[in-house]
Amino acid sequence: MMQEIPLTHILFVSTALFFIGMYGLFTRRNLITMLMSIELMLNSVNINFVAFNKYLFPDNLDGLFFTLFIITIAAAEAAVAIAIIINLYRSHQSIDVEDATEMKY
Amino acid sequence: MNYTILLHLRQELLLAALIFLLLFIKLGKDRSNESILNFINLALLVNLVAGFCCHETGELFNGMFNTNTIIVFEKNLLNLAVLLISMQSYAWLKTNNNVIEFYLLTLTSLLGMFFMISSGNLLMFYLGLEMSTIPLAAAANFDLTKRKSSEAAMKLILSSAFSSAILLLGISFLYGTTGTLSFSIITAHLNGNPLQLFAFILLVTGFAFKISAVPFHLWTADVYEGSPVAVTSFLSVISKAAVLFTLVNILYKVFTPLASSWYLILMVLTAATILIGNLFALRQDNFKRFLAFSSIAQVGFILIGISSSSQAGMASLIYFVLIYIFSNLAAFGVVSVVSALTGKENISDFKGFYKTNPMLSWVLTIALFSLAGVPPTAGFFGKLFLLMAGAAKGNYGIIIFAALNMVISFYYYLSVVKAIFMDENSTPIEKMTVPVVSKIAMYICVVGVIVTGLVSMVYDYIHSISFGL
Repeated sequence: MMQEIPLTHILFVSTALFFIGMYGLFTRRNLITMLMSIELMLNSVNINFVAFNKYLFPDNLDGLFFTLFIITIAAAEAAVAIAIIINLYRSHQSIDVEDATEMKY
Repeated sequence: MNYTILLHLRQELLLAALIFLLLFIKLGKDRSNESILNFINLALLVNLVAGFCCHETGELFNGMFNTNTIIVFEKNLLNLAVLLISMQSYAWLKTNNNVIEFYLLTLTSLLGMFFMISSGNLLMFYLGLEMSTIPLAAAANFDLTKRKSSEAAMKLILSSAFSSAILLLGISFLYGTTGTLSFSIITAHLNGNPLQLFAFILLVTGFAFKISAVPFHLWTADVYEGSPVAVTSFLSVISKAAVLFTLVNILYKVFTPLASSWYLILMVLTAATILIGNLFALRQDNFKRFLAFSSIAQVGFILIGISSSSQAGMASLIYFVLIYIFSNLAAFGVVSVVSALTGKENISDFKGFYKTNPMLSWVLTIALFSLAGVPPTAGFFGKLFLLMAGAAKGNYGIIIFAALNMVISFYYYLSVVKAIFMDENSTPIEKMTVPVVSKIAMYICVVGVIVTGLVSMVYDYIHSISFGL
């Protein structure tokens, strides 16, 4: 029988994913890509919840339910964000954050 | 049949009914903006009055939803603020094509805040938080053709999504170390191990983003400047107040075992928030940006009150929020009317304002005096109670620091008053006819600013229903 993957490995993956997402959000200038980076961060949290639920607290399903809600809300957030980005494109003719710098300091 | 669910959820159900009613009005035949606005203002008034009846304590859905006297009172405060904002933005909404959509977005956000304040579970809290922020991002973009508006909405949605990702990471670690999402059970499992502390810091970061405490304040000024004035006042008063209420609930009820750690975190946030808020407010010319930084500085004072972790701390927080609703909305009310009728939003445009619009000048002046904390107005008593509650902890350094910062804040608040009353201007804002509804809202604010400070009953009542650590 194969040895089970320890929890720490999964936590390492999810933490790495979270910070890759954060790095992407800080370095990318395209709004859609920045949105994708945020989705990456949310997904890493999902992995956390599922892993904790499966390994540490298998008797109740709190973590799994939370994951379902995060996925739903992330979809709602993305819908509103993309609508805002489309409107930004109409007014600025670009979806680069560097072009939307009318207000500063 | 069991009616407790109706009784406990009555404020939420009423608001949800109002939202659905508005949807049906939207579907129905075309009505004039005036009739819609009058109807909505009346409905919001009914909503506010209905909130004051029957105070119940209890919980629903296995403790996911709590209600008690103080939570009902907090929701009533938010209802009051929404009514005032709705009345003040009458002039702006009258000419707008999408009146109902504006109310759908803001009321949905208010519903989310109600659930957030009542939450007894991290899942419920997260749902409420998102339900209150996502519609606001759409509302920030309400001036669809304005470049600044879409920029503001973009900044709001990206920073709030980022902050909720950080908050969620904190929640997931909290779940990993305690094995539950329910507030009442989490407390028993908190032992202060490093992962829990890390999770807690992430959670506080998420909160600090929403209340725009320094160093998480960078979105605030831009979003406030770009959004329509009504949305800005909603963001600066209601959304902030709701998150502060939730924060104090969670800190006092759930994270009691970590009290010494969060005291230090709050101290650092307070010092940075007061100082940076004040220093940046000095150099602003746009009125909304100016009020954004002033509201950041006010949050710093509120955090001092929270840090006291006593009954007086919570009472002074809620009392200050009540005063802040009146004084900030009086200021935003004047800015809103001027912006809707003339399109001017800069402080330099307000030079010589007193010569043409004496009534509005006095409202604005009293509001600014209250925000600064000049004695006869309520703002003074609010700040006094916050600092006294903080001083009970014995950390006098931060109190003296805050008091010194009040001196800086006098400079910038009073320089606006000087511009209104003393400065000459060849092209002042011409005489305006303010809609009656907006006028009533401003008078309510001014009376509130003066009366809540002088009538000690208000503070005594709030003190009697609040709780400490």
